[in-house]
Amino acid sequence: MSTPANNGPKSAFNTFNLVAGAILLVGLVLTVLRFTQGIGPVTNLDDNNPWGLWIGFDLLCGVALAAGGYTTSAACYIFGLKRFHSAVRPAILTAFLGYALVVFALQYDLGRPWRLPYPIFVSQGTTSLLFEVGLCVMLYLTVLFVEFTPAMFEWLGWKKIRKVVVKLTLVLTIFGVVLSTLHQSSLGALYTIAPSKLHPLWYSTYMPLYFFVSSIAAGMSMVIFEGSMSHKKLHRMMDEEYLKHHDGVVFGFGKAAALVLFGYFFIKMMGVAYDNNWHYLVSGYGLLFLTEMLGFVALPCFLYGVGVRDRNLSLIKKASIITVLGIVFNRFNVSMVAFNYHLPSSERYFPSMMEIGISVFIVTLGVVIFRFITTRMPIFFEHPDYKGDH
Amino acid sequence: MLRRTFLGMLGATCVGASLPAGAEAAGKEFKGYPGSKGVLFDATRCIGCRKCEAACNKVNKLPKPEKSFDDLAVLDTKRRTDAKTHTVVNKYGTPEHPVFRKSQCNHCLEPACASACFVKAFNKLPNGAVVYDESVCVGCRYCMVACPFEIPTYEYDEPLTPRVMKCDMCAPRQAKGQLPGCVAECPKEALIFGTRDELIKIARERIRRNPDRYVDHLYGEDEMGGTSWLYISGVPFNKIGMREDLGTKSAPELTAGALAAVPMVAGLWPVLLGGIYAVTKRNSKVADEERKEAVESAIAKASSEAEKTLSEALEKADVANKRQIEVEVKKAVEDALKPVEPEESAESGEAENSEKEES
Ligand code: SF4
Ligand code: SF4
Repeated sequence: MSTPANNGPKSAFNTFNLVAGAILLVGLVLTVLRFTQGIGPVTNLDDNNPWGLWIGFDLLCGVALAAGGYTTSAACYIFGLKRFHSAVRPAILTAFLGYALVVFALQYDLGRPWRLPYPIFVSQGTTSLLFEVGLCVMLYLTVLFVEFTPAMFEWLGWKKIRKVVVKLTLVLTIFGVVLSTLHQSSLGALYTIAPSKLHPLWYSTYMPLYFFVSSIAAGMSMVIFEGSMSHKKLHRMMDEEYLKHHDGVVFGFGKAAALVLFGYFFIKMMGVAYDNNWHYLVSGYGLLFLTEMLGFVALPCFLYGVGVRDRNLSLIKKASIITVLGIVFNRFNVSMVAFNYHLPSSERYFPSMMEIGISVFIVTLGVVIFRFITTRMPIFFEHPDYKGDH
Repeated sequence: MLRRTFLGMLGATCVGASLPAGAEAAGKEFKGYPGSKGVLFDATRCIGCRKCEAACNKVNKLPKPEKSFDDLAVLDTKRRTDAKTHTVVNKYGTPEHPVFRKSQCNHCLEPACASACFVKAFNKLPNGAVVYDESVCVGCRYCMVACPFEIPTYEYDEPLTPRVMKCDMCAPRQAKGQLPGCVAECPKEALIFGTRDELIKIARERIRRNPDRYVDHLYGEDEMGGTSWLYISGVPFNKIGMREDLGTKSAPELTAGALAAVPMVAGLWPVLLGGIYAVTKRNSKVADEERKEAVESAIAKASSEAEKTLSEALEKADVANKRQIEVEVKKAVEDALKPVEPEESAESGEAENSEKEES
């Protein structure tokens, strides 16, 4: 188990560990509460609002932001953009952790979480879009795990099995893209069943397409964002190969994200035109919609464009942060703000502190695991025994 | 092995998802099971006595409410069904002319809840009732998101065995030939039980005979693809808390497009992506070959030039200087060959620099 140069932070009692530890502790308490008292006492969910923050953030945002896995590996292995190679492993790891945490978070929201395998193994409700989401997420989680294993096998020194898995790269990548296309879009399609509950500016029969396209922008922005975060915090774990390509990856993804955001803006507007919803724009919800479209789609699209043209790294990184926030904003709007818009405000939903606490707990858990793995396994560097072997 | 299992499972997804999509296409014509039962609610007859609520509570053995069913003051606040209440009566209109409306599961012909459930916990029975089976329910509550009438409710306070709760049109009582509890108790015949077709005829007839008494609409005939519960009223339905903007598309129709796309994506994507891969691979192979050729020709050129210099120099030089010249020319040749691998040397230089900068 050779790990180059460096072995994690020096003292176990740094700020990060203390804060993370406190959050995890609170999370554990909340977990006990949730599973002994039930969903009701810890959440603000009710009969009108059966889905809240745990679906809106943990599931919808989690899956969208983990889209970096399939976008990066597709760019590298299918479109042959070899310069993105160094970004593949971090992206795959993030995606794997992201999905694992999505499934983990779901345990809190489900009434009988231990029955999660039921839709696949006991009683298949194939007319349900949720069935498709479930099946794809399960398969994709498996694919991501297999895609991640080479790093683990290198760390463990299991050469033979690593070789087998590496041979499967292309097949796995294609599977990943197919499964991602399906479930990313199905998450949007989940809402197509409720036209009477979702505000017309967000409801569209094109929702599956919107969710899919925006997931690409989200995935790429996450790769840029998370890359620059890690660059600051985990620099010591990166090898020359990774560092040499880092800027190139940022520019490449920045350019692609600009194009995708542009296309996304366009199809969203076409949706408004198609359903002739223009008159809704001059209302409270219209303002919200315009904020989302102009502030979180058009603006980052423009910033990405300028950033790439001027070779301005920091501008691109800013654009990536706005895009990531924009995706969260959009998923919140669809699942919570514009959902049940017809109800009087007294019957609307706002998450409880405990719901927020669980979500924070899960994100923290993700960061801690990410650090654990990247400070040990060959994620940001090539393992010395396997140099140039890809 | 791995690959085949995956393909198999993916194939199962396609087939699984395409079948219902096909079934739905036929389902557009679905107008309910022949002879299926339903209930007609006449808002002009309902007096808001809450007898139906009490009956429902009794036959379904639901917990006793805080305030008794005789307390009509509860009508002043708007209520909805909850985990302990399968039906509620609400009061609308003016105090002088109150209008009452009962709400409960409408037992849609193509229920959104059933179409949304990913474990098939909901079933539309041939007798018209939409029933729920808690033995498979995972508790995702997508059924509640999907139902346009906001009917299914959840036992949120139940930590281990929470259930979705809603009216089942007294399917067990019907099986014994009895009327649904609420219908049996209604003192004003505001509720009539019968086959849906009959009920439609009765409702039409009432509207035709008393055009001043009723608005000319039979709610539930087409809403969301049609429901087994039907409503007639003397005031517009949106005045008694019923949405008139639901449209006539059933839930399966709403999601058919998204479901139909699944096999297309699963079928086409791998082919397209494989194609793109083949092209990029071919491109990079060609590029590789071209690069190799260019490098080779550069080497050839460099060494032939070097040789030329060598022979020219040798011709000019005398034997004594020969050895020294040879050495120097060799160096020149080596130099000439060096740029062949410029990347490596340049890179390591750069990397060193950047490392220094950063540390
Ligand atoms: S009214 Fe709602 S709960 Fe009842 S059958 Fe229709 S969709 Fe299902
Ligand atoms: S909560 Fe139960 S019944 Fe409702 S959709 Fe989920 S699994 Fe089906």
